[in-house]
Amino acid sequence: MQVPILKQGHVLIATIQAALTDADLLELRSGLVQQVVRYRSSGVIVDVTAMDVMDSFASRTLLEISRMIRLRGADTVIVGIQPEVAFAMVQLGVTLEDIPTALDLEEGLAYLQQTSRSIN
Amino acid sequence: MAEEVQILVTCDKDVVTARQQGRTAARAVGFPESEATLVATAISELARNIVSYAQRGTVTVARLNGHKGTAGLKIVASDAGPGIADVAQALRDGYSSSGGLGLGLPGVRRLMDEFDIASVPGRGTTVTVTKWLK
Repeated sequence: MQVPILKQGHVLIATIQAALTDADLLELRSGLVQQVVRYRSSGVIVDVTAMDVMDSFASRTLLEISRMIRLRGADTVIVGIQPEVAFAMVQLGVTLEDIPTALDLEEGLAYLQQTSRSIN
Repeated sequence: MAEEVQILVTCDKDVVTARQQGRTAARAVGFPESEATLVATAISELARNIVSYAQRGTVTVARLNGHKGTAGLKIVASDAGPGIADVAQALRDGYSSSGGLGLGLPGVRRLMDEFDIASVPGRGTTVTVTKWLK
């Protein structure tokens, strides 16, 4: 199940649409990093609303995505973590460390606009 | 649901299948969505350990009928892989033998009500976890 990546201005939006295998997550990671470079994007939003679980591998891969993109000078925001998924993540003991999170796509876009304004 | 479902786990697609089957079984037993997600997350971790360390194994999901009419779900993740040399160490938070986040066993233990592990180096590992409906 490939994750579509949409370009909207300087922002890339990756919307996960179903449960992802580990291979899908790694593909998302390389796809996003390549496209951030190609489009000189300043921000990335990963919408995880449809993710069934966020286990250690998924959390680690999202963390890696955020760090790689940070090295390109762009910000990543994770949006749409479902309440029961958040509950399970806390019990499991995985975190997204310092990656910013937001309630939904709209809030994620607002966050990125704010950070780019503060840079300019 | 059938009383017991067994999933052969040999690749990352099977990890997804196993956790989805586990969620379906948890719903059928009557677990609320939050608890079903805990079960699915635990299965995801256990099934991935099978693929990463043993390449092949099984995940069995079974409905339990306890005393006094309580219901539960038992998950058995079993493989004939290399086994774990130091189980006590693998159960400590922060321990990893692969440079990653480790086996995730302490996390799995927190997600479930009961946790049992039997591992023999060179023979394989069986992790049995249970969640009871409250």
